[in-house]
Amino acid sequence: MTPPAVARAALPPRWQDYVQLLKPRVMSLVVFTAATGMICAGTPLNPIMGAIAILCIAVGAGASASLNMWYDADIDARMRRTRGRPVPAGRVQAADALALGIVLSLFSVMLLGLAINWFAAGLLAFTIFFYAVVYTMWLKRWTAQNIVIGGLAGALPPVIGWAAATGQAPLDAWLLCAIIFMWTPPHFWALSLYTSEDYAAAGVPMLPVTAGAAATRRQIWIYSLLLIPVCLAPVVTGLGGMTYLAVAGLGGAVFLLLSWRVRSGRAGDAADPRVTDGLYDVQAAARDARNLFAYSILYLTLLFATLLGEHLWGRAAGGLS
Amino acid sequence: MTEPETPSNPLGAGSPDAAARARRGRNIAIGIGLVGFVVLVYLVTVFRMGGNVINRPL
Repeated sequence: MTPPAVARAALPPRWQDYVQLLKPRVMSLVVFTAATGMICAGTPLNPIMGAIAILCIAVGAGASASLNMWYDADIDARMRRTRGRPVPAGRVQAADALALGIVLSLFSVMLLGLAINWFAAGLLAFTIFFYAVVYTMWLKRWTAQNIVIGGLAGALPPVIGWAAATGQAPLDAWLLCAIIFMWTPPHFWALSLYTSEDYAAAGVPMLPVTAGAAATRRQIWIYSLLLIPVCLAPVVTGLGGMTYLAVAGLGGAVFLLLSWRVRSGRAGDAADPRVTDGLYDVQAAARDARNLFAYSILYLTLLFATLLGEHLWGRAAGGLS
Repeated sequence: MTEPETPSNPLGAGSPDAAARARRGRNIAIGIGLVGFVVLVYLVTVFRMGGNVINRPL
């Protein structure tokens, strides 16, 4: 491991800088998907213990984010989207981000193991390792398939939540994982279509950089086609009900429509560069990619919210009957 | 997921007051974190032991 070269902090870091190291927005998605897995497991967990399990999973995710920001400070400094992060901006020293990541990793895994069960703790430890080491230190700088394989780290929280509730990870738990796993490539590649200049400048081999925009648009379409059946699969196994079927089906149709627009458009072409320094200020052709990126977040949120709602409703109805 | 972030605001950088405020805020956050961890361990202990504390053979 080579520590990244970064500027020294001019001021003592504020506590908000450390919070930013944990990528709170990503943590909120992890909390949401892990809670969905926990509720869908169907085994009532003591609410306090459930909250502690979710906290451990969230802190574990934050720890891996801190390790990511430590290692990727050199890349982050060269990209508009990430150059304001605490380490490249010089507000937190790289060694502090590393220490925070290691300490929180150990605390979250140990507490989850001691409080809940060691299977869930093992999955959390694997997730942290996969994100911080396999994705950040290896895949990200090496292959255009970085976010495809690395997407597993972001897809595991519902399995951890399920394992925390039951001590097991059955097929339905892995279905939730598969949904996020298959969702990740079109989500990230849509973003990378209109930020490819940044990735190229940073030397990150994202697909638009290595294979070009046309190949990326084709891959987005293929992964979108594969994603929708996976999203519908919970209906087959009984994990999702009729409401979920409607949301996954209709929402999936919109996803495919937006994906086809990207496929048949010119988003990311060198002939259509960005003209301003604004982060999401893109020209017309790249707007299709931005729309797909934004909608993909909504679609995933809707899928998990519907599953969560169905299971909470079912539990409440079961309690009343 | 991606996370758009904004560059830091350098206002106040270098001032002793700003440094003291930052240090104080960090110390309070660490204190709250430590107290929170103690409470967590206490709650885990109580819930894991459950009624066994009362029902243990004497």
